[in-house]
Parts: sequence; structure tokens; C-alpha cells
Amino acid sequence: MAISNFDETEVGQSLWQDAKQRLRKNKLAIFGLTVLLVIGLACLLAPWITPYGYEEQNLGLGATAPSWQHWMGTDNLGRDLLTRVLYGGRVSITVGLIATGVALLVGVTWGAIAGYIGGRTDAIMMRIVDIIYALPFMIFIVLLMVIFGRSLLLLFLAIGLVEWLTMARIVRGQVQSLKQLEFVEAARSMGLSQWTIIRRHIIPNAIGPVIVYTTLTIPNVMLLEAFLSFLGLGIQAPQSSWGLLISAGVETMEEYPWLLIFPGVTLSLVLFSLNFLGDGLRDALDVRASKD
Amino acid sequence: MGKFIFYRVLQAIPVLWIVVTITFFLVRFAPGGPFDAEKSVPPVVKAALEAQYNLDQPLISQYFSYMGDLLQGDLGPTFKYPGRSVNELIATGFPVTAELGLYAILVALVIGGIAGIVAALKPNSTQDYVSMSIAMIGICMPTFLLGPLLVLVFGIWLEWLPVSGWGDLPGDKILPSITLGAMYAAYVARLSRGGMMEVMSQDYIRTARAKGLPNYMVVLKHGLRGGILPVVSYLGPAFAGILSGSFVIETVFQIHGLGRFYVQAAFNRDYTLILGCTVFLAGLIILFNLLSDVVAAYLNPRLRSEVGSK
Amino acid sequence: MPLLSVNNLSVSFHTRNGVTEAVKDVSFSLSKGETLGIVGESGSGKSVSCYSIMGLIPQPPGRIESGQAMLDNIDLLKCNEKTQLDIRGNKVAMIFQDPMTCLNPYIRVGEQLIEPLTYHKNVSRIVAKQRAIELLKEVGIRDPEANFDAWPHEFSGGMRQRVMIAMALIAEPELLIADEPTTALDVTIQKQILELVADIQKRRNIAVIFISHDLAVVKGLADRIMVMKSGEIVEEGETNTVFNNPQHEYTKKLIAAIPTGAKKASQVVDKSLVQVDNLVVEFTTDQGRFRAIDEVSFDVKKGEILGLVGESGSGKSTIGRSLLQLVSASGKATFDGISLLDKSAKEFLPLRRRMQMIFQDPYASLNPRMNVFDTLAEPLKVHGIASGEGLVEAVFALMDDVGLDRKFARKYPHEFSGGQRQRIAIGRAIATKPDFIVADEPVSALDVTIQKQILELIESLVKKHNLSMLFISHDLAVVRRICDRVIVLKHGVLVERGHVNEVWSSPQHQYTQSLLNATPDAIA
Repeated sequence: MAISNFDETEVGQSLWQDAKQRLRKNKLAIFGLTVLLVIGLACLLAPWITPYGYEEQNLGLGATAPSWQHWMGTDNLGRDLLTRVLYGGRVSITVGLIATGVALLVGVTWGAIAGYIGGRTDAIMMRIVDIIYALPFMIFIVLLMVIFGRSLLLLFLAIGLVEWLTMARIVRGQVQSLKQLEFVEAARSMGLSQWTIIRRHIIPNAIGPVIVYTTLTIPNVMLLEAFLSFLGLGIQAPQSSWGLLISAGVETMEEYPWLLIFPGVTLSLVLFSLNFLGDGLRDALDVRASKD
Repeated sequence: MGKFIFYRVLQAIPVLWIVVTITFFLVRFAPGGPFDAEKSVPPVVKAALEAQYNLDQPLISQYFSYMGDLLQGDLGPTFKYPGRSVNELIATGFPVTAELGLYAILVALVIGGIAGIVAALKPNSTQDYVSMSIAMIGICMPTFLLGPLLVLVFGIWLEWLPVSGWGDLPGDKILPSITLGAMYAAYVARLSRGGMMEVMSQDYIRTARAKGLPNYMVVLKHGLRGGILPVVSYLGPAFAGILSGSFVIETVFQIHGLGRFYVQAAFNRDYTLILGCTVFLAGLIILFNLLSDVVAAYLNPRLRSEVGSK
Repeated sequence: MPLLSVNNLSVSFHTRNGVTEAVKDVSFSLSKGETLGIVGESGSGKSVSCYSIMGLIPQPPGRIESGQAMLDNIDLLKCNEKTQLDIRGNKVAMIFQDPMTCLNPYIRVGEQLIEPLTYHKNVSRIVAKQRAIELLKEVGIRDPEANFDAWPHEFSGGMRQRVMIAMALIAEPELLIADEPTTALDVTIQKQILELVADIQKRRNIAVIFISHDLAVVKGLADRIMVMKSGEIVEEGETNTVFNNPQHEYTKKLIAAIPTGAKKASQVVDKSLVQVDNLVVEFTTDQGRFRAIDEVSFDVKKGEILGLVGESGSGKSTIGRSLLQLVSASGKATFDGISLLDKSAKEFLPLRRRMQMIFQDPYASLNPRMNVFDTLAEPLKVHGIASGEGLVEAVFALMDDVGLDRKFARKYPHEFSGGQRQRIAIGRAIATKPDFIVADEPVSALDVTIQKQILELIESLVKKHNLSMLFISHDLAVVRRICDRVIVLKHGVLVERGHVNEVWSSPQHQYTQSLLNATPDAIA
């Protein structure tokens, strides 16, 4: 007997649900996600987790090795390292997220426009990307930070502006190949408006690679921030970030190695987790590994 | 092929010009001049100094005279090292950085390439998991953390290797080279694994197997050419990364190379030196991007003949 | 004594999603100088069984569960790797489906060609090169000395397949396995390659296993035929016996599915719905402007299916696309008296309701992230045909129309087979009750039994809704079976037009003649 009620039809499994299932089976990715959530929450709730203030000194105590009172030990001013790592994490994670956000916004818009319009516009827009790509960026960023001082805003912008290029290339490639697929042609021949085609047919199919690449951009950005802070060109004291803590730890690593090891391990763990999660998402969303 | 190189060089020229111009004006528009730090400098002396370095001229004519000198290969005098030109400083620093970078690239290619290919030959096997996990650690362990940790373990605790310097003590080149190359070895490993996996699933590999060629010939003769292409294209960006990575390495290991000059010049606001180093490094990076593109094109016969016949 | 005898071969694949039995207890044998055709649809296990013999199944996920394959008293399935390598490419050689991807693009043709010889027979490179050049000449490559040093990408598909054949023959194998060697080629090239294989088989008296989904192709070539379905052999016998007196239901179904005969003359009103005059489409490429369609004129009458035939690169798809403004064109084209080519996108919108398109690849023509309901509802919503409660009803009605069970409304494309997907795509095209549909190779990606069902569906829909259709295809048998009139396109130029029967009985243009000659005819 024919079904006449929509609710009686069988529920299908969308590709998103497929991907979710695959991701759930990937132990490394789930491990990464858990670690990220734990560290992220700990940084967010830092004031409620540690009883010490971020600038709270205890000169009488000085540098002490990890103990029950100070899980990660203290530095030579007697400041609790765990507290500093958690507060530093706030800065590092914020930089990572915001700069990635900038890259995402600029890159996706640029790439989508170039890919969708195509033709001469595309050629010009991608030539611009090629030229900027060829610029030696690291050197530029160092220069920028030197010349204009170490403002956080500039740091976001500078890093975001490096990372958007790859995003633009990925999105443009996606959109361009999607545009030629028959279901988009079908949508055009059906008379759908440009905007509806983009919204219903292009974006949902291009979003997978964007998610994957975003996940993999965050660690890059955090690395870049840490690199600049390490050279003394990024975040400045009294503010703190993992890069800065590592930099300080290096100076005293012979006497107090824990001051280097704990911030270093934390940073590596976060980068690790983000990469595992990104790889897991790539497998789950079945995005082919691509450089361009 | 000659034409391809010609066009790529032609493309590189505007890029280089943009770099020089942006850097020049960025430096000039920056707040604070090179002689501001010395508060005791009387205005007259300051003016004389500025005249000596042409800083009293209109900006645009400074720009043109700088570009003119640049075209003749003259990067000008430095502000902070009296009597020494930028060219001289680069000539002292660069060989050290170049040697360091070369070793790092070798570390990256040899270790990374072998690890990647070994992993790709048996996907999802123990050898794959082990080498890719190590690669992941390499990627997640930034240079400025790995360096100090290696120094701590091998230099200070075990006392196997010297902790600083370059060419002063036997073995003092080992730690800096490995530290700088490690991250790139990891990327190369992942790229070559990906490239080999992709190639090994191609139809023409099946053809080679159907001919009865043994596995090593299938891999080395039929797989490798296509499989290492991503690595070759990556060498350009890797080179740029290694150059900037050398800033950190030279700081950590106290090596007097170009990177240290650059970072110090940045702090000292030594404009001509910053400008000169930027132009020099940018030129190098652009050159290496060009080289890696040319090699990649050479390895791809389709590109080679199409480009060549145009 | 047979050259090759395969006994009780079973192969399965072990993946995350469970175990698939690809080949179940298959036995067959082959004598020297004999040609065995293995026929089956996709997933029938016809390729897997031959790949297992050659040791070309990736293990894991593949696993040979049981069986033996004896060649010269050696069991190919159990011998050590060294023996296996000795046989591969030496005693048994293979050619594959897609010649475009089967040659290594990074190595020169000649070097790839002589590999079996230098590796298996220890022949010096100079001798090997001489042998290779002779062979290249034999398989019909012009100027073999110069082409020895060519790169694969400098060759066309047909030439590459010739090189593949030369490569397979160079070590003088006793058995040649050909896996769908002509499926990716145009009919005229297919004919040449088939003749070449037949010729070589006779001259060298080697055994050939010819794997194909196309009964007609196998029929002209094979001494014996083996029909496979879902990993099992369902029928085996002399070619003529199998064709004239098939025993198994499935074989009968396969033979019945071969498009045959011409369409019965139908009631076509002699009134043009679509009129095309001097249509020109130009593309700009790196080499400059290139005329894909050169002053083509034709008309489609009301209620008619007009066949548009051509080989790859002839521009046949471009014509269909230009009528729907998916490609911009110049010239003159009218639909029901309304001029088409000078309309802006906005002016064209109302026409889209009346003109629709069906695409070739049912895997690419459906948005993978939209379920059946959303896919079918989209055109209805865009043109304001149905909404709210009525929308569900309308979609259900469409699903009935194209023979899809209503309960699948919320399923996604990847949960369907190719044939079912094509039904969804057809449903989407007829949703707005159009007058005119461009069908671009709608059945060429489908298995032959499914192809038959979809053709019948198209025919019934055309009749039911009084549709007119431009039916684009490379397959002459299909066109003859379904179309009223036909036009033939070659390199963007119309070379022939007429009623299907007229064109088949007396083709005017030489190109049409060669096309018709090249079409393998299973019935003749």
C-alpha cells in the first residue's frame, strides 16, 4: 500500500550523520577533542581552578619544583606556573581563534567569489593571491611587529592575513569544481537564483574542506604567535602566552627545567590534539588531502 | 622549458619590486628614527648624521636613489655598525645561515622522505603508524621548544654535544641542524606519504604490477617520480620556513648568522640593515620558490612539453 | 589439456563495513588459442576473478578464500611470489579499461613498452627497442621510431590502447586478459581495437579472456561465453548457443535488454516545438577562439524524440546546454515561437519551467546533501507549483510517476543505486511538467538491464505527458530504439539528418556510414 503520510517514510542517513559516525569511531580524533575541551575549559575557568593570582608573587618562596601546592611548580618570583599557563592559554587560544576567524572570513569570501564568477575576475583575483603568496611573509611579520610595536590587534591581522591565502585557494578550487558538477547545472536549468544555488548547492558541499582546513589552521596560527612571542616580537609582559612562557623557561632551563617543560608540553599537547582532530575530520568528511 | 623559466623569472621581478617598495616605505613611516635612542645627540649632530645618510632628502628621491643603488647590488651603509656596509654584514652572516639551512634541508629530505615512503608502502601497518606518529610529534613540537629541550637533554644532562656555537667545537653543528630540520622532516614525511599513497593507487601502477615487475621496481621506477612531486613543490615554502626558523635557532644556539643580524637590526631600528636583509632574504626565497617550481615542472612531462612548445 | 583451469575460486573483501563475497565458487577453463568472453554487469565479479588469478587484488582488503588456478602445472594462487612475478606480464598479460590512466605519465612510451622484455627475458635494450618498434608498427602506430620516445600524453586514447596491447604482447604471452578494453573509447575506435585484438589472437594463436559488460562486443569476438551475476557463473557455453538458446533467466534478461530494432513510427504532429537556425557556440581557449558548434540547424517536433548522435568531442552536449542557456550561443533558436538566445537570465526564467534537462551521470547530477524530497520539491517551489501540504502530495505523485517507492522520500542519493538515482533525476526534470526535455546521455552510465528500464520509463513519460525530447547519445542502438528522427554531429557540424529508419538503411554521409559500421550488432 502506498504511503500517503510523509512521517511514514523511512529516515535516510545524510552525509553529515555518516561523517559524525565515522568521527566517533576515530579514537585519536576523539582523544584530541577531549583534550581540547579540557584544556579550553580549564583556561576559561582559570580563576576558579587555581587559588593563586596571575601576577601574585611570593618572593620568599622563589622557584620551586612541582608539588601538591603548586602542581607545575613556581618561577623565580614565586609565581604559580599552573596559573600562568592557564592565563597564558587564554591569550594563545584567543589569538588562534580570532586570527583563524580573520583568515576564514577573508579567504572564504575571496575564494568563493573568484571560483563562482570565474573567467577574468577569477584570473585576476587568483593572480593577486599568487603574488602575495610569493611574498616572504614570516619576514614581513617580523618587520611589522618591530615597526608598529607589539599590539595584539596587529598580531591578529598579520597572522590572519598570511593564513587566508591557502583558504582562498582551497575554497576557490572547491567552488570551481562544484560549479561544473551536473547538480549545479541542474539547479541552474531549473531556474534557481544565483544566491539560492550558492546557499543550497554550493556551500553545503564546500563546507567540509573548509572545516578541515580551519581545524588545521588554528595550530599553525598558535605556532606563529608562539614563534613571535619567543623572539620577543609578539605578546609582551605582563601579558602572557605559551610562547612567552617557553621563552622565559628557556632562560632558566638549566636550574628550573620545569619552567620550560610544562608550558612546552601544554602547547604541544594542544597542537597535537588539533592536528589529530583535523586529520580525523578529514577522514570523516572524506576530504581528499590537497595542498591547493 | 627555457620559456617557462623565462616567464617565471619575469613573474618574480614584480614580486621582488613589491617587497622592496613595501619594506622601504614601511620602514620610513615607522614611528621613531635610528638616532632617536641616543638622547644626548645635539640637533646639529643629528642633522649632520641624517644628511650623511640622505635622510634629509624628500622621501621619494630617497626611494629612487635606494632603488638605483640596489640595481647595482649596493645595499647601502648600516646605521649601527659604523664603517661597515650592509653587503659586508650579509657576507659575514650568510655563509653560516646557508650552511645551517643546507644541513636542515638535508635532514628534512633524507629523514622525512624515507619515513614517508616507508609508511606509504604499507598503509595502516605498524611502520606506518610509528613513522606518522613521530612526524606528528615533529609538527607539534615547535623549533623554539625542541631546540632548548634537545640542549637540555643532550647538552646539559647527558653532556654528549656542545650546547652552542657553530664550527667552534666538534659536533656543535649537529643539534642546530637537527632542530631546524625536524619540523620540515615531519612535513616532508607526511607529504611524501600522501603523494606515494595517491600514486600507488593509480591505474598505471596496476599496469606495472601486471607486467610482473617486482615491488621495489614498481615503487622506485613507477611510483617515486609522481609521488615526490608534492615534496618538490613544498621545497620552496620549506626553504622560506627554514630561513625564518634560523632566526630562532641562531638565537637559541648563539650562532652568528644572518638571522641574528636581522633580529638585532629589528630591535635596533637599523633601517638600512633591516631593509637590506629583507631584500636579500626575500630575493632568496623568491629564487627558491622559482627553483622548486622549475624542478616540479621538469618532473612533469606534460607540463614540460606543453610549456616548452608554447 | 586446457591452458588455464580455474577451480572453485572464491574471493571476498573485508572492509570496515563487513565482508563482501565478490566471487563465489567460480570454475572455468580455457584452451590454447581460445577466446573466452566473460560478461556481466557491474559488481558481477567478472574483473575480480581475473585480477585474483593475476595476483592483482590488493590484500587486504581482498582475500582469496579458496580455489586454484592452474597454468602449466603451476597454481597461480598458491605459488611463491617469485614464480608469480615470472608469469605476470610474461606468460599472462593484461590490458585494461581506461587507456588514459593506464600508462605511466612520467615515463616515455618506449621505456614502458620494453619493460616486460628487458625484465623477463633478459633482452638487451637495443634488441628490445627493435622488437618494440616492430610491434608498434603491428598494432598500427604510425612512425614507430619517433613515437618510441613520445610521452603518453602525446597520444590519443585509441593510440594508448594500441600501446597497451603492444606492451602486453611484447613478451609473447600465452594468455591475454582484456578487461573492458574498449569501454572508454568511441565506437569507431572501439571497432579498430576489437579488430586488432581478433587479428592478433588469430595470428599468434594465443588464448584471450575478454571481459565486458557489452554482450554485443563479446559476441563478435568470443568462442565461448561465460555470464556472471553477483559473483557466480550463471551460464556458460558456445557463443552462438548462449545467444540463440539462453538457459538461465538472467542471460535471457541480458539479451532482451540489448536495445534492438527501431521505434515504431509514432503519432508526431508535424509542428515544430523547438527550431534552431545557424546555432554557433564558440569557446575561448589558450589557443584562441574555437568553434565548438558551427552553424547547426534543426528542429524538434511536438511529441517527438529527436536523437542527437556524435562521438566524444563532437559538441553534442554543448548543443543541448546552449538551448537551456547553460552555455551562451549565437544564432537563432526558438521554443514555441519564443526566441531563446537573446533572453536575459530573468526573462528566461519562465521558460525554464517548460524546458528541462536530464544528465548523464546519476552520481554527479544529484546534490549529495539533499534527500529525495528536497531534490524533487525544489523545482516545485521555485516555480510556485506546489507548497505546504500540496508539496508532499506533488512529490509523492512524482515518485510514483518515475517508479520510486514513496517510503524512500527522506533517503539521500548515496543510499540508492545508479538506476534509482537516474529515476530521481528524471523526476526532478519532469516536476514542472515541461514541454521539452534535453536528455544528455541519460543511460550511458547504467548497466544494460537498468538501461532498458530507464529507456522504457523515458518512453512512457514522453507518451504520458506529451513531451518533446532532444535525446543526446553516442550509442546508435539506443538512439534507433527510442528516437523518431536523428541528427548526426561531427566536430560541431551537422552531417546527417533524417528518420531513424532512413538513416539506418541508407546513410548519406560517409561519417554516418562508418559509425553504423562500427556499431557492434548483437543480433546480426
